[in-house]
Amino acid sequence: MSMPFYVSPEQVMNDKAQYARKGIARGRSLCGMVYAEGILLAAENPSEVLHKISEIYDRIAFAGVGKYSEFDALRRAGVQFADVRGYQYSREDVDARSLANAYAQMMAHTFTNEMKPLEVEILVAEVGFDGGEDQLFRITFDGVVLDEDHFCVLGGESEPIAERLKASWSDNLSLGDALRTARAALAGPDRTIDAPALEVAVLSRSNGRRAFRRIDGEPLAQLLAG
Amino acid sequence: MNPTGPLNTPRPGSPASLDPRRTDFVGLLRHLGQDPFASTGALAADHRALLGDHRLPEVTHGTTICALRYADGVVMAGDRRATAGNIIAHRTMEKIYPADRHSGVAIAGAAGAAMEMVKLFQLQLEHYEKLEGVALSFEGKANTLAQMVRSNLPAAMQMGMVVVPLFAGYDLRRRRGRIFTYDFTGGRYEETDYQAEGSGGRDARTTIKLGWHDELTREDAIELGIQALYEAADEDSATGGPDPIRGIYPLMATITADGFVEVAEADIAERFGALIERKRRVIGSAEHAAPATPVTPKTRAPKGGASS
Repeated sequence: MSMPFYVSPEQVMNDKAQYARKGIARGRSLCGMVYAEGILLAAENPSEVLHKISEIYDRIAFAGVGKYSEFDALRRAGVQFADVRGYQYSREDVDARSLANAYAQMMAHTFTNEMKPLEVEILVAEVGFDGGEDQLFRITFDGVVLDEDHFCVLGGESEPIAERLKASWSDNLSLGDALRTARAALAGPDRTIDAPALEVAVLSRSNGRRAFRRIDGEPLAQLLAG
Repeated sequence: MNPTGPLNTPRPGSPASLDPRRTDFVGLLRHLGQDPFASTGALAADHRALLGDHRLPEVTHGTTICALRYADGVVMAGDRRATAGNIIAHRTMEKIYPADRHSGVAIAGAAGAAMEMVKLFQLQLEHYEKLEGVALSFEGKANTLAQMVRSNLPAAMQMGMVVVPLFAGYDLRRRRGRIFTYDFTGGRYEETDYQAEGSGGRDARTTIKLGWHDELTREDAIELGIQALYEAADEDSATGGPDPIRGIYPLMATITADGFVEVAEADIAERFGALIERKRRVIGSAEHAAPATPVTPKTRAPKGGASS
């Protein structure tokens, strides 16, 4: 006669968290930082069509690391959330805080109730207009929301990258300087990342209503060259 | 909850039935129980039952809009007047809207329903672009608008809330300006060169017809649009002309490969000023000139570039 083994809830959660961390650590890292004009998002991503960084709403961007299918589903849900809310109320009533909370609810729910946790970590960034604050919300696989100042790093080797950013980040960086800082932090001292392997986008105050803009190809190469 | 579900599912925790491949914003609203076209028809039916047809309230109407193709794209123009029956309801209504970067939509007909339709249309195009990472094709945008006009059919039939949009823009794949018109059943018609809609549409169309040719420059096209709106306002009481006292002028926009750009209000005001001056000279010389001098034709101002 078989007996189901007793596994303590603590053990279950630990196992799930370990599983999720392993999945996330397999991918390359990503960073977001405040610069003079808004927020810069940069990711190491060899693919030009499978984006890690995308637009959610006028002032809000999304970035994800880990399993592509999972964070892309979260991205789509975010676009739907924002567009419906903007339609129901007004465009001004869509903000990163409520979106980050909705994500946190959903991810925490999945973490506790589903067999398999999400192997993703996401960033919700909002550029402030008219004196508003730039905001960076990092949401982990278990639904913990972290309100980050100035910069944040997501992905497997996030700690050494964050250390490097902490040393090199400063207030009021120009776009070019911010981009080179991000690249150096992502790459580390032993290697460099070429422009084609970098996915870059900004939420810029100078872009009009839709602040999100991708930077790739020749403009990216020029900015990286300085 | 499944991660593919919407963050705003009405009942959190319920299995999400949302298709992650869905790119249709109106479809998403319907899924969430907020069909933007649902209430109009039913309300109208109640209204008829309660009040009878003859007591339907006057609906605010937008009047004259036009679009014409030129060498680099299209020009769209619309007057600013909204009427409710024989009353001027608004003097500063805007009837030309950017639909997205490379297209615009102009509206004539029931103003409330039309503005809501424009808002939905703009959202739909942006929603698709964000989800898919690429914009809809021009053809796709034109079809999307047709479906929205079709969805408005119950309101059009029961309450007379007919919306007649004009869709125009620059087709990046075919590299030219294109213009689409719609009838209230959702019928979609591509116009080759120009079109005008609304109560003054007929006069505007005739004016454009007389001045249109295949190689209009931006200047010519804007000037022709100005003349068309002037003639429409001259013949149609529901179309607003230039209003220099309040500083209200028709709105115009150009759409080219570089995108949707509104024509500066000062520029429009100046062109109307010049047109009125030309008209005054022509009419003045005809009415007050001595019989010996040859009479200038009364009907039209000289056409052509802004410098004339």
